[in-house]
Amino acid sequence: MGKTIAQKIFDSHKVDNPAGDINVINLDAVFCHEITTPVAINDLIERGIDRVFDPNKIKAVIDHVTPSKDSKTATQAKIMRDWARKQGIKDFFDVGQNGVCHALFPEKGFVRPGYTIIMGDSHTCTHGAFGAFAAGVGTTDLEVGILKGVCAFHYPETIKIEITGTLQKNVFAKDVILSIIGKIGVNGATNKVMEFTGPVVDRMTMEERMTLCNMAIEAGGTSGVCYPDRTTVDYLWEFIKNDYSSKEDALEDFSKWNSDSDAAYSIKLTHDISNLKPMMTVGYKPDEVQEVNGKEKIKVDQIYIGSCTNGRIEDLREAAAVLKNQSISPDVRGILSPATPAVYKQALKEGLIDIFMDAGFCVTNPTCGACLGMSNGVLASGEVCASTTNRNFNGRMGKGGMVHLMSPAVAAATSIAGFITTPDKIDEERSQLK
Amino acid sequence: MKDFNGKVLFLDRADINTDEIIPAKYLTEISKSALQPYLLEDLKLANFSLEDLKGKSIILTRENFGCGSSREHAPWALEVNGINLVIAENFARIFKQNMFNCGMMAVELSKEKIDEIFKTFNGKETTIETDIANGKLIIKSSDTNIEVDFSVSEFDKSLVEAGGWINYADKNY
Ligand code: SF4
Repeated sequence: MGKTIAQKIFDSHKVDNPAGDINVINLDAVFCHEITTPVAINDLIERGIDRVFDPNKIKAVIDHVTPSKDSKTATQAKIMRDWARKQGIKDFFDVGQNGVCHALFPEKGFVRPGYTIIMGDSHTCTHGAFGAFAAGVGTTDLEVGILKGVCAFHYPETIKIEITGTLQKNVFAKDVILSIIGKIGVNGATNKVMEFTGPVVDRMTMEERMTLCNMAIEAGGTSGVCYPDRTTVDYLWEFIKNDYSSKEDALEDFSKWNSDSDAAYSIKLTHDISNLKPMMTVGYKPDEVQEVNGKEKIKVDQIYIGSCTNGRIEDLREAAAVLKNQSISPDVRGILSPATPAVYKQALKEGLIDIFMDAGFCVTNPTCGACLGMSNGVLASGEVCASTTNRNFNGRMGKGGMVHLMSPAVAAATSIAGFITTPDKIDEERSQLK
Repeated sequence: MKDFNGKVLFLDRADINTDEIIPAKYLTEISKSALQPYLLEDLKLANFSLEDLKGKSIILTRENFGCGSSREHAPWALEVNGINLVIAENFARIFKQNMFNCGMMAVELSKEKIDEIFKTFNGKETTIETDIANGKLIIKSSDTNIEVDFSVSEFDKSLVEAGGWINYADKNY
């Protein structure tokens, strides 16, 4: 019997099998941010075991609220900062260098095929896009990870999702993952790895694969995962070129992780996206997914483009293409948070920031901020936000607020109209004006 | 080991997420006790009021409890309110792991059993006694008394006995 990619990664990292199908595995990287790590740091100090298993394998960032907005968030940031210095954690990203963790760490080359990664953040599943096993954990797991470099998981079961067909115009990775979550439900992948394969994934860029894997947790998945391929090698090449004699060599090495053809899956699905239209969420659960078309009655107060789901350069390009030479509706506020400093700089270089600002968007520094209702765009009660983020929970972006999840292109079109609409409709209007 | 006995709070809804258990704006707290007043503040459930939490030590709910964010603040907010046991049809993975990692318990029962307990006890003052060694829950109201079998994995049980994953891992790795 063959193995899935997640099983191969587990087998190569196994430390212990304390009971049943529980595997304690060693970790190639432990990622940290300032919301879930300080409690772990304080607890380690209190227990008198203020150590880290390997400072080179710990990567830390202040990203959720940055620069700090009040004394409490300043204290969280300070705990992280002092700890990173004391423990000799070189890869620590503070104000000026910081950005949304799941966009920043891949960009720095910290994620490799076959890696095991944990972080005190549920969207850690994003990093599975590189063929890694990457899972969100709570603070206690994080604390043990920091101290011992291990974590316990059930031996992975996998749902294989083969994505077939061709994406239509104005339909993106975000629409694909929304449609999958809509199909299997918020509990559909609980305790399972979601393996995304098939021709659509093969053609996707790394950024698109990250969008896909990012939302695995919204279906309950432990991790999303894509097979490492030539696209992965190309993305990582500047970081790995000293380790391999050629890209072919790297590709061959990475391919060893790919699932065997006779691997056992708990479920196998085929998801044909040929007829997929732009999608959005309507309620307070990420599986309440419907077509955008026909939602013109939904007026919005705020448009938010950013986050670990859709705050990367390709997302900004996608939104800017719709916003070019347009103005946002006087009834809405538009907020753009480029996910990392590199994304911000690249967007400046390409003139995208001009397009957003000319249209009337506020451009913030890279941060999670509004995505979890912490800063930089919190909603008032009764307000509606069209958002490129990943969670529409009640109160997520502000108490009493409503969040509709969608692609950057639909968010951009919505900002122009002032109500939810598709980019095609904006295009139509444009051509009629001509 | 923590206490797993006491009065039951019935939350008759599926998919209660961690943002509802403890909203993100309180994640700036760096002590567990500071979370105490905010448990279930944003819960979307008809007729629920925070008053209902008073004196309750156990939550009984439907499926996929604790979905969403990985925040361990969710179990902590329960813990500082004296709730160490949640019983549901099933849980989101990270939440369940966090519960056992804290030495608390997330116990899964079949849909039929959960339905039966809701039907028999919801609306009445109900207590549960937990017999971990024999895997039994003794559920009581003034006029009814039933016993329900439950099981948690060996590993989860050892976490509960060790008082959480840090103690366990520190000893073993
Ligand atoms: S952008 Fe939003 S979902 Fe992503 S890590 Fe930050 S808070 Fe979490």
